[in-house]
Amino acid sequence: MKPAAKVYTALIMLFLFAPIAILLVFSFNEAKSLSVFSGFSLYWYKELLRDYETLNSVRNTLLLAFSAAVISTVMGTAAAVGIDKLRSRALRAAMDTVTNIPMINPDIITGISLMLMFVFVGRLFGAATSLSFWTMLISHVTFCLPYVILQVLPKLRQMDRSLPEAAMDLGCTPLRAFFKVEVPEILPGIVTGLIMAFTLSLDDFVISYFTAGNGFQTLPIRIYNMTKKTVTPKMYALATIIFFVILALLLISNLSDKDAEPGSAV
Amino acid sequence: MKKETVRRRTGLWESLTLAPYSIWALLFIVVPLLFVAYYAFTDNDFRFTFENVSRFFTATSNVSGEDGAVREVRTYLLIFARSLKLAVLSTLICLLMGYPAAYIIARSSARTQKVLITLIMIPMWMNFLIRTYAWMTILQDTGIINGILGLLHLGQIHVIGTEAAVVIGMVYDYFPYMILPIYSVMAKLDIKLLEAARDLGCGSLSVLRRVIFPLSLPGVVSGIIMVLIPSISTFYISQKLGNGKFYLIGDAIESQYAANNLHFAAAMAFILMVVLLVCMAFMQRFANRRAAV
Repeated sequence: MKPAAKVYTALIMLFLFAPIAILLVFSFNEAKSLSVFSGFSLYWYKELLRDYETLNSVRNTLLLAFSAAVISTVMGTAAAVGIDKLRSRALRAAMDTVTNIPMINPDIITGISLMLMFVFVGRLFGAATSLSFWTMLISHVTFCLPYVILQVLPKLRQMDRSLPEAAMDLGCTPLRAFFKVEVPEILPGIVTGLIMAFTLSLDDFVISYFTAGNGFQTLPIRIYNMTKKTVTPKMYALATIIFFVILALLLISNLSDKDAEPGSAV
Repeated sequence: MKKETVRRRTGLWESLTLAPYSIWALLFIVVPLLFVAYYAFTDNDFRFTFENVSRFFTATSNVSGEDGAVREVRTYLLIFARSLKLAVLSTLICLLMGYPAAYIIARSSARTQKVLITLIMIPMWMNFLIRTYAWMTILQDTGIINGILGLLHLGQIHVIGTEAAVVIGMVYDYFPYMILPIYSVMAKLDIKLLEAARDLGCGSLSVLRRVIFPLSLPGVVSGIIMVLIPSISTFYISQKLGNGKFYLIGDAIESQYAANNLHFAAAMAFILMVVLLVCMAFMQRFANRRAAV
């Protein structure tokens, strides 16, 4: 890199990380001030661990993200296998278009559209509130699915087509050929899809906001409710923990995909 | 005979693998969008009406200008125009900042590329509520920036609660979405093309202008779409960084939802969706035409 390029890259990184660094530093602040650092303390972390509502929302978020990731990975992988074998061009184009919708549509529209349907159907059955854990799970699976499909499809295309055919010629049932031959070949795509689905679900606020019931609060919704009032550095302690968890997840997923081409990680 | 069974079996297998997703996509992607249209064009008793849509275009309210004079404005058209303006501005800033960055990253060694891209992705995976909130503490009148300025006796600046603060928030939140697609196109550029251009007498600048830029256009287009769409529809950034003074279309939809005016919220979502679809069709066409030249 030329010096000018180095300086520019450094400035961009400064812009990206300065706000996060400030959160990190002030989460260890002794006082409540968010602009003057008066001394090192773990007080806000202790406060955070005593905050039952936040801890509960972390548990809810993990439960939801895990369920949504597993369901969307299984269904999405199966869908990718099916889409890959489609011979009709029109059907394929229709599938691509529908799969693109949740990725292109603004989150607020995906959220509103699902909410309207849940409310309408709930009213049909006379339910007072139709929004619950289940409506949230459905919504999360819906917006995770396209990302899983888009991770698995290219791996299927790279795969040697004659492999599963050979397995079937040698007497494998399609199901057995799929698990014994295709799955190992496309596994990196499935794993990346799973991780993406998990992180997307973990991170989602907008769609959750519209489809969440009153009883089920995820972490982003908890953060939203916390930032409505004046915030204590307790929130920063939470942000710091989230930062390190994400850092670890990203490092793991990048290291596991060692031989990826440049540009393919995006 | 054998081939026949294999084909029939794969046919069955194909429909079995595709069935759950097809049903799911129909029920939870396609049908909900129809519900948006249904709610947009009905009243509380689900009778057909144009009122929700026409309210968007005709509702008025009084605002006092800077000179103290009270003017009547079209409430929601003004909000929509403001959303468009701030989103386009943020997208432009992201593009101007992100394009050189993507170029620099794509031209560095494979190892550096990986490290820099991972670094850029970290803030992206942090919750956008937290990212936005971090800027609130930075830009506050009693925040870090004014703290530093005060220490240096440089006076104070007032950023929070201005449109500039909203734009800063949008740029920060969505910047990675601009860099990543441009980078991924540039990283795959055939290096031989650049060498050929240079051999044929192009200078660095004209290689950039005549070879790299046209080839990177697909990345630029998806970067623009990926920044423009979330920033035009966001509903948190302006509430926090604009002190609620700069209502955006997302805020308008959210507040109607919170007030349980689902039909009007649906009407605004419907209009937003139509506008974005038209914009995207236009952009894709532009990109295709440029790619064909």
